[in-house]
Amino acid sequence: MSTLQFIMDNFSQVMYLCWEHIWIVGIALLIATPIGVALGIVITKHEKFASKVLNGANILMTIPSLALFGLMLPILSIFNMGLGKVPAVIALVFYSQLPIIRNTYTAIKNVPPALVDAGRGLGMSRWRLLRELEIPLATPVIIAGLRTAAVMNIGVAAIATYIGAGGLGVYIQQGIARVYPEMILAGAILVSLLAILVDGGMALLERIATPEGIRVQRKLSR
Amino acid sequence: MNKILTKLYRIIIVVFILILGVTFERTGLIELLSDPYEYPVIIELCIQHLYMVSLSMTFATIIGITAGILLTKQRFRKYAGVCMYIIGLGQTIPSLAVLALAMSFLGIGMKPAVFALTIYSILPIARNTLAGITAVPPELIDAGKGMGMSPMRILMEVELPNAMEVILTGFRIALIINIGTAALAYVIGAGGLGDLIFTGISLMQTDKLLAGAIPVTLLALFADFLTELLGCALVSKGLRLSR
Repeated sequence: MSTLQFIMDNFSQVMYLCWEHIWIVGIALLIATPIGVALGIVITKHEKFASKVLNGANILMTIPSLALFGLMLPILSIFNMGLGKVPAVIALVFYSQLPIIRNTYTAIKNVPPALVDAGRGLGMSRWRLLRELEIPLATPVIIAGLRTAAVMNIGVAAIATYIGAGGLGVYIQQGIARVYPEMILAGAILVSLLAILVDGGMALLERIATPEGIRVQRKLSR
Repeated sequence: MNKILTKLYRIIIVVFILILGVTFERTGLIELLSDPYEYPVIIELCIQHLYMVSLSMTFATIIGITAGILLTKQRFRKYAGVCMYIIGLGQTIPSLAVLALAMSFLGIGMKPAVFALTIYSILPIARNTLAGITAVPPELIDAGKGMGMSPMRILMEVELPNAMEVILTGFRIALIINIGTAALAYVIGAGGLGDLIFTGISLMQTDKLLAGAIPVTLLALFADFLTELLGCALVSKGLRLSR
């Protein structure tokens, strides 16, 4: 109850930190999506790079977030950007790569070959095939990858508070430092809520992005 | 063409290692590691980190696999959907939030950290156990029944070996997340290698920072490798051949 009171009392600050959190995650996703989707499409066309790229992304994902911030700090401080939002966004972009690349790759691989043949029979060029057939069919799965990335990024962005990136993690950090349980709870609950809300929102987007033909097909096959 | 690329690749790796060496020397990491007063501390923190991870992973593996197996049994099967949903929701909660919540209920120190790590690691293990056992082909279970196996033997000799690969994937995810989260446990007073990273960040002392960040990274990569080896040992030969 006192946590609710805390949130009410500091409502404008809560809103600001929420906005900051969403901003960090949003910018990171905006940068990561074109890179990831492009890489995913490229490795479907050049199969021999596929395992290399996926392994590389997997290794990036394995590095613990705090350690990644630590490893980037000396390098980025050469450009005077060791702390703050820049390393946070870079780390989030790194972490988003695996889910986005993997989902793009599997989605485009799973487009039925019959459809691709049909497209080719209609005289579509490879570029048009990609734009009008493969990408629309793959979009729901790609968005599912974005969803995984977004939820994970919200968690990592909370940790990024410790390198001065701001966001809702500030409440957790400050709360722990001041032994102020209401503040910790407010931070933890708000971050979790944000993650759950974004997860739900992206799930909805996933459903909307499914082409109507596939939806009808699914309903019929049920 | 390919030969040239391979050569180039090798040269890049050598240059990379050289640059790393120079950086470590410049930042004073080598000096820190050879300081007789510093390196025992680093080793102690390493052991603390490993202790936290292994303790919580042991609990989490036992609880997670048991829960996953129970949920596939006839009596509890109707709760499986609800449980999966709750696990999915639980996994969206950030690790720092879980640690902070554990601290606000249990206080500071090692105990809440191990508790939070355990809770957080149960989720992927339970989820993959459930998914793995559900995906075992029903013909195999029928064959086991036909041979007169008891339910316990079906579980041990048919279901678990067939699901082992998926369970190990869950274990791997849990282990890697666990190692990363254990580095955060410093903020609730549990020690571990996070100690060096956080101190390094707040003092802007690069040598200390790297002395914490590099072992954590290596630990995570090594754990990834180790589970791969574990997969070779635990996944039955027939399954590996059939792929």
